[in-house]
Amino acid sequence: MAEKNIPMREALRAALREEMIRDERVFVMGQEVGAWEGTHKVTRGFLDEFGARRVRDTPISEMAIAGAAVGAAMAGLRPVAEIMTINFAFLAFDALINHAAKVRYMFDGQFKVPMVLRCATGWGNQATATHSHTPEPVFAHFPGLYLGCPSTPADAKGMLKAAIRDDNPVLFTEVIALYPKPGLVPDDPDFVLPIGKGDIKRAGKDVTIVAYGRGVEWSLDAAEMLAREGISCEVIDVRWLRPLDLPLIFESFKKTNRCVVVEESLPFYSFGSEIAAQLQEHMFDYMDAPIKRVSAMDVPLPYAKEIELMALPDAHKVVAAVKEII
Amino acid sequence: MSDLTRTTLTRAELIEAYHQMVLIRRFEEKCKELYNARKIGGVYLHLYNGQEATGVGAIKALKPTDHVITAYRDHGIAIAKGADVKRLMAEMFGKRTGVSGGKGGSMHLADVNVRMWGGYAIVGGHLPLAAGIALKSKYNDDGEVVLCFVGDGATNNGYFHEALNLSSVWDLPVVWLIENNLYGMGTPVHVASGQPELHKRAIAYGMKDYGRVDGMDFFAVYEVTQQAVEYARTTGPVLIEAITYRYEGHGVSDRIYMKRVEEMQMFQQRDPLIVMQTKLREMFPDIEPELAKVEPSVAAIVEEAVRFAEASPVPTAEDLTRNVYA
Repeated sequence: MAEKNIPMREALRAALREEMIRDERVFVMGQEVGAWEGTHKVTRGFLDEFGARRVRDTPISEMAIAGAAVGAAMAGLRPVAEIMTINFAFLAFDALINHAAKVRYMFDGQFKVPMVLRCATGWGNQATATHSHTPEPVFAHFPGLYLGCPSTPADAKGMLKAAIRDDNPVLFTEVIALYPKPGLVPDDPDFVLPIGKGDIKRAGKDVTIVAYGRGVEWSLDAAEMLAREGISCEVIDVRWLRPLDLPLIFESFKKTNRCVVVEESLPFYSFGSEIAAQLQEHMFDYMDAPIKRVSAMDVPLPYAKEIELMALPDAHKVVAAVKEII
Repeated sequence: MSDLTRTTLTRAELIEAYHQMVLIRRFEEKCKELYNARKIGGVYLHLYNGQEATGVGAIKALKPTDHVITAYRDHGIAIAKGADVKRLMAEMFGKRTGVSGGKGGSMHLADVNVRMWGGYAIVGGHLPLAAGIALKSKYNDDGEVVLCFVGDGATNNGYFHEALNLSSVWDLPVVWLIENNLYGMGTPVHVASGQPELHKRAIAYGMKDYGRVDGMDFFAVYEVTQQAVEYARTTGPVLIEAITYRYEGHGVSDRIYMKRVEEMQMFQQRDPLIVMQTKLREMFPDIEPELAKVEPSVAAIVEEAVRFAEASPVPTAEDLTRNVYA
């Protein structure tokens, strides 16, 4: 199959474009998706190609962007709405949690909500406290909503296509730092990666490192460094925080008996907490060491670069965590 | 006083509308009785008594293919849009046969078959959903209109602003109908709203303002909504404010409200059922035998609904986990 080496933003653009060509009901709406061609240029050229009916600029109205996407999806369209960054999606929390995630259940299956809400996520490069959130676990807390966050361009394409084709609401977060990073991406317009399926990004036998989003990059760098010292790490990219591919994590853990969880998010009530809890509940007999968690520090992110980077995880912190339990 | 000659409804349709208003009144009285007897559960029970002319008058101005969505005071709206009264009562009882499978309750009555999109319990939360459903109509150019009931209390949160503004910039076919029953829970409108003439909010959105209408008068509501619906169908969103009154307080257990005796008596003198009877007698001097049949017919329907609800099974453990996802 043909592949192209393209950055993640182009992979996302290809997924979105192919799905809009494939299904007339798919359309995009959000701030600056049209004339501006997307804050992160994911919708570059869309207004010219698809027109204003299917490429809809919105006011800065996060509640209405998310809420109108819910209504349009309930009524039979397949909106791909965009909130510029997930920091602003806190304004849309009610529309996502009380509406997108609930209407199917509370009306007992009378409605489907086939919508995707795309948000850029992650550390903002001195963007400071309110613009640097990576809050996926907060949104993944609630049943009724799926949440995916790709770590490579190929995953970005396959996962976004799966999200658009699925009949459930999906919060799809895209790590800002990964938009320009290239990777091989299949041309196939039916390249779809199933929702809830994680991926072993590097096979190993001594420690399981579980990560998502940008955490995968740090974990792979750490695994490389550790390999030079004879420590073999298996790096699992869950891809989806909900549904979570627990069987993949459990199978790896049965082999390694050790686990480090890596995330850009905060440590309290976190992704790491959930994985650790699941492992001790279901894999206690296989456990040879405490589960370690590598995350951002439990502080808001400051402006000054020197202390901002101090608060964030990196590959060296992952290496240190692995060494503590090996 | 509305101009009787302007109604386009036939005598049979008017009797049917009156029948529906009486049905709502007796349904609500029965719900109150059953709630106090603890056969209907829940922390709240928001009744529609007193507001019947607004709901029925507005919905009669729609085509069956048009859409209705409302907040949590939804029993009367669901009846007016044609939902099955037996299944509505079963929902009150939390039974498996209820319109929402016993999983929604009093505040979440939807019936997709009659395009009743539900009652929603987060104030203002359904407004962007209405915009989204209307976007489907606009997108598909199918000529369908959304009638969205809005409580006066909802006009002061962000959803109102964002949804009305979005509907205006996108020229969506929505009729926003504010049911001003003078109180948002216990707070009077003039205490909560800098501009207590709520229809004037239309100016802020460049939206067609249909002004205030007497929400206790079926004919007045019907006529203005009919014009508004046609405007929405061909041109764009509109705002109407109906002045109405709830006889039972915010919920049936609201004791403070019961002290407002004079105000209540003033509105009860213009009770929607009495106003409509009087007009029907003016229009059709020989209508008495038809009017006389309404109460017994309604009593039988309500009785049958209660029997059906009582005899219905409760939801099962399978129902508990069903329809979280599609």
